[in-house]
Amino acid sequence: MIQFILRRFLHIFPAFIGITLLTFSLIHLIPGDPVEMRAGERGIDPERHARLRAEMGLDQPMYVQYLRYLNGVFHGDLGESFVTKKPILEEFLTLFPATVELSFCAMIFAVCIGLPVGILAGVKRGSPFDHTVMAVSLTGYSMPIFWLGILFILFFSVHLGWTPVSGRLSALFWVDADTGFMLIDTLRSDEEGAFKSAVRHLILPSMVLGTIPMAVIARMTRSSMLEVLQADYVRTAKAKGLSPARITMIHALRNAMIPVITVIGLQTGVLLAGAILTETIFAWPGVGKWLIESISRRDYPAVQGGILIIASIIILVNLTVDMIYGIINPRIRHT
Amino acid sequence: MSTAITQPTEDTRETVAPPHPLVEFWKYFSENKGAVAGLIFIIFAIIVALAAPILAPHSPFEQYRDAILQPPFWQDGGTTQFLLGTDDLGRDIVSRLIHGARLSLFIGVIVVTLSLSSGILLGLLAGYFQGYVEIIIMRLMDIMLALPSLLLALAIVAVLGPSLENAIVAIAVIMLPHFTRLTRAQVLAEKTQDYVTASRVSGAGHVRLMFNVLLPNCMPPLIVQASLTFSNAILDAAALGFLGMGAQPPTPEWGAMLANSLQFVQRAWWVVTFPGLAILFTVLAFNLAGDGLRDALDPKMKR
Repeated sequence: MIQFILRRFLHIFPAFIGITLLTFSLIHLIPGDPVEMRAGERGIDPERHARLRAEMGLDQPMYVQYLRYLNGVFHGDLGESFVTKKPILEEFLTLFPATVELSFCAMIFAVCIGLPVGILAGVKRGSPFDHTVMAVSLTGYSMPIFWLGILFILFFSVHLGWTPVSGRLSALFWVDADTGFMLIDTLRSDEEGAFKSAVRHLILPSMVLGTIPMAVIARMTRSSMLEVLQADYVRTAKAKGLSPARITMIHALRNAMIPVITVIGLQTGVLLAGAILTETIFAWPGVGKWLIESISRRDYPAVQGGILIIASIIILVNLTVDMIYGIINPRIRHT
Repeated sequence: MSTAITQPTEDTRETVAPPHPLVEFWKYFSENKGAVAGLIFIIFAIIVALAAPILAPHSPFEQYRDAILQPPFWQDGGTTQFLLGTDDLGRDIVSRLIHGARLSLFIGVIVVTLSLSSGILLGLLAGYFQGYVEIIIMRLMDIMLALPSLLLALAIVAVLGPSLENAIVAIAVIMLPHFTRLTRAQVLAEKTQDYVTASRVSGAGHVRLMFNVLLPNCMPPLIVQASLTFSNAILDAAALGFLGMGAQPPTPEWGAMLANSLQFVQRAWWVVTFPGLAILFTVLAFNLAGDGLRDALDPKMKR
């Protein structure tokens, strides 16, 4: 087991180096001079230009620059934003809880609906319910979620007035951002109704962001159930006279869950990418919206740092999924 | 009883004359009703795209200043002059959608062509030569797969600058690893087959072995993947357009058409609804057809 974990760790190392190379070259591939970009519209005199170049280390050979960049990355120094002049890591960390909260709720939504629906469709194969689930999940999988978000706002917020249009909390409340997670912060504060407002703000974005993972999980659960239900040991269980409910829920489900857990883990990347679109539509102050704004503002250090952190998180999540997979399925460890 | 008698004669006839591969393909493909529906929609979309200048009642760029945000014809205030209404600049939505079909299918074709051809080349090289070539290519692909596709596309667009051409390049790059991995896996599986050894022994060179012997036998999963890539490319291009990182206004791209619609969502639902439906139906059609292709081409699924 330890050997398996170590081997996986060695696997992520080249991936991480590759990502740093990618984000490092990002800033050097952009046409134009970084010093002038930083100076902005006002321009800059040659002497100051040279001094700034030296300060930013741009007069060094490329590999020195890369090693310095790598050194900074390992010390948590991702440079500072052109626009706000604040360290990238700090900016990222203040916005990240909002994205985590949204992604987490979206995943709960996706699993709570996708999993039972997928199991039922697998058990009742060929039934009208199964056909409906397959049709709906394929539609969800093909859904442009930015459009779905607009439709939801149009219907639920504008037409029915059930949910707020955008943001994380009604402007009537002021809550200290202790943890950055609105649900926790509002619970801890003594503002009446703040928690309810936070929940209402979360519903639509979570549904929109959870749509594609839900479709993927439902499809995967169904096909995994189908495969397991045809296995010999399930037939043995039937022959022993166990009740169908027991066979499905205990014998089949356990093994059917193995690929499903992997798929759920792999959806994390999908969620973080989807967050870019969802946050833009719902004006959700998370890292996705920040990344898009940084690209439009040509705030390259922010773009560079943001992509590096998000990619690293995804690599780590994939690693964790791999390990969980190794724990629940011993065969994997020895391949 | 009668079935028991007729059955064997039919079977023997089939073994005598095996059906043409295309006939057999259609037999399996048409069993999947969704796939056929998808295919019909795709054909419809292709016709619309090809005949766009003839079919579109107006120019997609012409602004009718006296008909701004006009509703579809069945609503009060709508006219049959603008069947699905007009947008905030008075442009005919039907015409923009029809010309958008052109763009979306064009994006799909270019992306699939670019990523399929370079993916096949890299995958063949990796699978055929193995060793260092394989390690370098496959590690690079792993890194690209570690990033969510939209994020990588955004990174590329951030470097190249937002435009439709750059969005196409970015999407082609993010689709590349899937083709490379599939090709390599197929090559590794096929390489040890006797027919490959036979052609090598009879003196076929590297290039011939790769492209004439191995490649045709690697195609079925690549075709399925190409169909799924097509739908993903349309979806990603629309997402980039929506974010303002793809096609720029006034291009009638479906995603870009939605970009400003949030402002009118309360007043003009038609500006929002129809471009999204166009994206959804087209992507759905390609996904349905892709499922059908997999059923028809994957020998394991036939059983």
